[in-house]
Amino acid sequence: MERTSVSLFRFMKGRRLLYAGAVMAVGLATFFGLLTPLVIRHAIDDIIGGGKSISPPLFEKILKGTEVFFGGGLTLFRAGILFVALSFMGGLFLYLKGRWAAIVSESMARDIREELYAHIQRLPYDYHTKAQTGDLIQRATSDVETIRKFISGQCVEIGRALFMVALTLSFMLQLHRGMTLYAMAVVPLIFFFSFVFFMKVKRAFKLSDEAEGRLSTALQENVTGVRVVRAFGRQRFEEERFDRRNKEYQSLTYRLIKLLAFYWGLSDFLCLAQIGFVLFMGGVLAVRGEMTVGTLAVFVLYEGRLLWPVRQMGRILTDMGKTFVSVRRIMEILNEPQEKDRPGAKMPPVLGEICFDNVSFSYGGHPVLQNVSFHIPKGKTVALLGPTGCGKSTLVHLIAGLYECSSGMITLDGTPIDDIRRSWLRRHVGLVLQEPFLYSKSLKENIGIVHSSPREEEVHAAARDAAIHDVIMEMEKGYETAVGERGVTLSGGQKQRVAIARALISPYPILIFDDSLSAVDTQTDAAIRKALREREKRTTLIISHRITTLAQADMILVMEKGRIVQQGSHEELITREGLYQRIAGLQSELAQELSSVTRPDKEEG
Amino acid sequence: MSTAIKEKTYTRQLDFALWKKLIHFIWPYKRSLLALLGFIAVVAGADALYPQFNRIVIDHYVTENTFTGLGRYAAAYGGLVAVQALAIWGFIKTAGRIETGLSYDIRKKAFRRLQELGYDYYDSTPAGWIMARMTSDITRLGEIISWGIVDVAWSLTIMAAMLGFMTVLNFKLTLLALSVVPLLAAASYFFQIKILKNYREVRKMNSRITGAFNEGITGAKTTKALVLEEKNLGEFGDLTGKMSRSSVRAAVLSSLYLPVVMTLGSIGTAVALGYGGSHVVRGGLTYGMLFMFISYTIQFFEPVTAMAGIFAEMQNAQAAAERVLGLIDTEPSLKDAPEVTELFGDNFIPRKENWPGLKGQIEFKNVSFRYPRGEEVLRGFNLVVNAGESVALVGETGSGKSTLVNLACRFYEPDRGEILIDDVDYRKRSLLWLHSHLGYVLQTPHLFSGTIEENIRYGSLEASPEEIRRAAALVNAHDFIVNLEKGYQTEVGEGGARLSTGQKQLISFARALLADPALFVLDEATSSVDTETEALIQKAITAVLKGRTSFIIAHRLSTIRNADRILVIRKGRITESGTHTSLIREKGYYYRLYTNQFMEERREALLE
Repeated sequence: MERTSVSLFRFMKGRRLLYAGAVMAVGLATFFGLLTPLVIRHAIDDIIGGGKSISPPLFEKILKGTEVFFGGGLTLFRAGILFVALSFMGGLFLYLKGRWAAIVSESMARDIREELYAHIQRLPYDYHTKAQTGDLIQRATSDVETIRKFISGQCVEIGRALFMVALTLSFMLQLHRGMTLYAMAVVPLIFFFSFVFFMKVKRAFKLSDEAEGRLSTALQENVTGVRVVRAFGRQRFEEERFDRRNKEYQSLTYRLIKLLAFYWGLSDFLCLAQIGFVLFMGGVLAVRGEMTVGTLAVFVLYEGRLLWPVRQMGRILTDMGKTFVSVRRIMEILNEPQEKDRPGAKMPPVLGEICFDNVSFSYGGHPVLQNVSFHIPKGKTVALLGPTGCGKSTLVHLIAGLYECSSGMITLDGTPIDDIRRSWLRRHVGLVLQEPFLYSKSLKENIGIVHSSPREEEVHAAARDAAIHDVIMEMEKGYETAVGERGVTLSGGQKQRVAIARALISPYPILIFDDSLSAVDTQTDAAIRKALREREKRTTLIISHRITTLAQADMILVMEKGRIVQQGSHEELITREGLYQRIAGLQSELAQELSSVTRPDKEEG
Repeated sequence: MSTAIKEKTYTRQLDFALWKKLIHFIWPYKRSLLALLGFIAVVAGADALYPQFNRIVIDHYVTENTFTGLGRYAAAYGGLVAVQALAIWGFIKTAGRIETGLSYDIRKKAFRRLQELGYDYYDSTPAGWIMARMTSDITRLGEIISWGIVDVAWSLTIMAAMLGFMTVLNFKLTLLALSVVPLLAAASYFFQIKILKNYREVRKMNSRITGAFNEGITGAKTTKALVLEEKNLGEFGDLTGKMSRSSVRAAVLSSLYLPVVMTLGSIGTAVALGYGGSHVVRGGLTYGMLFMFISYTIQFFEPVTAMAGIFAEMQNAQAAAERVLGLIDTEPSLKDAPEVTELFGDNFIPRKENWPGLKGQIEFKNVSFRYPRGEEVLRGFNLVVNAGESVALVGETGSGKSTLVNLACRFYEPDRGEILIDDVDYRKRSLLWLHSHLGYVLQTPHLFSGTIEENIRYGSLEASPEEIRRAAALVNAHDFIVNLEKGYQTEVGEGGARLSTGQKQLISFARALLADPALFVLDEATSSVDTETEALIQKAITAVLKGRTSFIIAHRLSTIRNADRILVIRKGRITESGTHTSLIREKGYYYRLYTNQFMEERREALLE
């Protein structure tokens, strides 16, 4: 708990003073709220009754002050004005409390959101390959909300209850010692009862929440699986299944409400009994002449105000646990180490020469790449071929600095990659992922996103080269079509082509296609590569399985189990036994297959 | 997407027709409602009585300096407290019963409607929309109705009671003390409306922030590769800035609300004190009466603000009601004719005794079809599929393959022309009759949470465990299932998340096979699974297809080749038709498709 509350305190940095102000304001609002019954007492006992009661010293001072202000003693009319004025002051501080608490909690929530967002963005690539998206979003949204609510509401309420109890107690003691004892008799019991009750019903709340979760799962599955339901004609079965969940949720929620009904019934009983106790004990004291009517009225009014926040405390205190859980869940993310540049990392010119010298990389104790060495001169095209899991993706990710190699050295134009600032490195290495992500913006903005302010012709040219221009032009809104969550859904191949256009628009000296033409058909693939060849020469790495793609490369690297097993041009590899030869041989296999289909025809004919 | 189902915008006025429909839902609770009103009358009455005790204690005992009868009054007070506590317990319970009961009923009714609505509804309505209607909107509606009744009844009763007690004692003082009430009510209403509007804005911003986080997290890898961290952060900052500003605005407004109405309320109390006090001095009023008036002016505050709150909430309540009733009132576009239902029963109470058998011959006769607001997909389409024949459909996305299957399964009906099953127009048979003879395996298999056994049993609810195991064995799923720790009792997780794609596919084959359908539809997955699973699936397909009329939207070569007939569909027309061999010889679209796919599949096998 200790450390969590420290983190919570840290989040409030820069606004602690304002928050202290909010807490002060709630104290003052409570204070002024407690002064108003004293006006009633003064009016009843002194102005109407003509007595001379002794009020708490602070209130006496206020009375003196008003005498100066009005230039004479209080009349009933003046008491009325004082009553309104004090209520107004109470209201004013209540407003200030609300305002300041809102500013603090909202700006704190904003800071946490931004810190989380920034931190998540800066976490290493590896973190994101393993991340549980739903859970992260949950933490970034509802956990932040829980903390915000605690700071803006619950925490202030706790302060208010404390002020209320302390101030009421001190005022009561100044008014009548004996009566105070009667007035406070049941208060600890009410607090204790409310706390114990809400601890006990935590489970009922949870059960109802869980039943709601099951209800929505059943519903979700029915809606998304509507095709299966209909195809099997299972509407009745589904209805019965849903009805069970619906009933379960209803009965558990009703059970919870019944518990709450019991709580409110009993706690109202305790509170009203306490007020009645004050009224009648006060009556007895007043009859005996030990207390004035005005004081009796004050005690009755105080009691009514005191009990409400005390009853709320149980709920708030039991809810507090949630806030600490949320803080902890957020800290878990923030404590993940961010990606960092090596000290003294530079921004050297990157022209496109790549050299791997005995590079190895292991992940989770397993070797992924072993002693990989090759050299790509500036402007050349290299294709990578290998079975699933052979390490080719990892290899290109190393070039973009998304992972660090375990041993060996990668150099770009002679500079070791670790000595280059990562952002600088990535601005020179255009990596197109197999499953690229498009942002929920227009197509134009998506294509031009890396560029600071691309001209329309540049966007169109890039799209044309990525063979997506015509597709875009056919859309109703053309380049202004929104994609992503709120926009149109593009097919896998279309997404890949937009991502290629996005990479082409910037003058990356190094371009990497991480199997990013896999969902594009063969003809389009060829057209894109033709366009690429016609653009200015860049160092290009292509992961592909298509023989036509591979054959056109200046060099082909064949990988197996993390090693480069063959290396050479199409002409060299085609003659050597191996994976490349086998893939290339498929063409003749196909021809054979097709002729076997057509041959009997000839025989017949 | 949601063009077909329009969400009504907020109506400003009260929509009486809407509330009348709601009364229909409330009617079954009329007894509870009466009890609720009774409890509330007791609670409100007691609330209004307490200040009377203040008056009596002061006037009868303190002023007259006597203890006589004080014990009796204390006992009466105690009795009142006890009765009120019981009534509080009673009204919360009753309101809870009405609230949860209403939600249950409305949800049940809406779910029934969802089971009746056709594919066109689901195609044009986002799942999230349906979910929101079925969960939060219905919950809100239940809450608003039951607790709204509580608030209104309590407020009205207590105001009437207090007003009565006050006027009996002094009409003029009552009038003066309550003169601020209209102002109080107006201010409350004004503030609450504004506050609700502001919070709606905040909620909107909040969902945009959630969207931004979603994008930031799912797109993190791309962001990193493109070095867009700072740029995204800047955009996110704009969003959080807006969010924080609108939240502060809403919060400041709501913190202004209470002080303003409190100060307004205090004027009433001050008037009671000042004016009433002068009466005490002159002797027209007792101390007890004065204190009673003061207590009432303080108490009046609560029902007035509560009523204003109800009126402010009304608009939102109406909007929620509109959305929910809108769903319940949506007419299914596709349903059986009354005479068909008469004979064969409906989806929920079938009359299977009247059902004819199904051999499986399907004929499309001059069928034309368009999706709502879409282009015509089929025009004058003709096709005869013989009983027991398997037909593979190939063609590009959007060529009309799926439409053809959807029409054959009567998930949609033709706009023109007819579809005959065993030579009878299928609209003369019930929907459930056809669907009970249908086996369906989807591209992306959909499983329900529950055990593997329960999922397979979905195909035939009466199946014994042995039959389930036999079906699983026939599609080669048995081996992997028994190798799982809990075998057939393994929980598949939400949507089958705990199983691999291949495993899910095998289970969905077992499910379809268990149904023993005369018609079978397979929408084959494009995504590849490993060779071993692929071989299992191929065997499963062969097992399932045997002796059944089947439509296969096919991608894998072996599936296509095994079909009795291959149809190439392009733009809603059959452009090529025949066996694998005959189509290869034609050297048309199929030939190209085959050569491409051949290379892809072999390469995949080599590179695994």
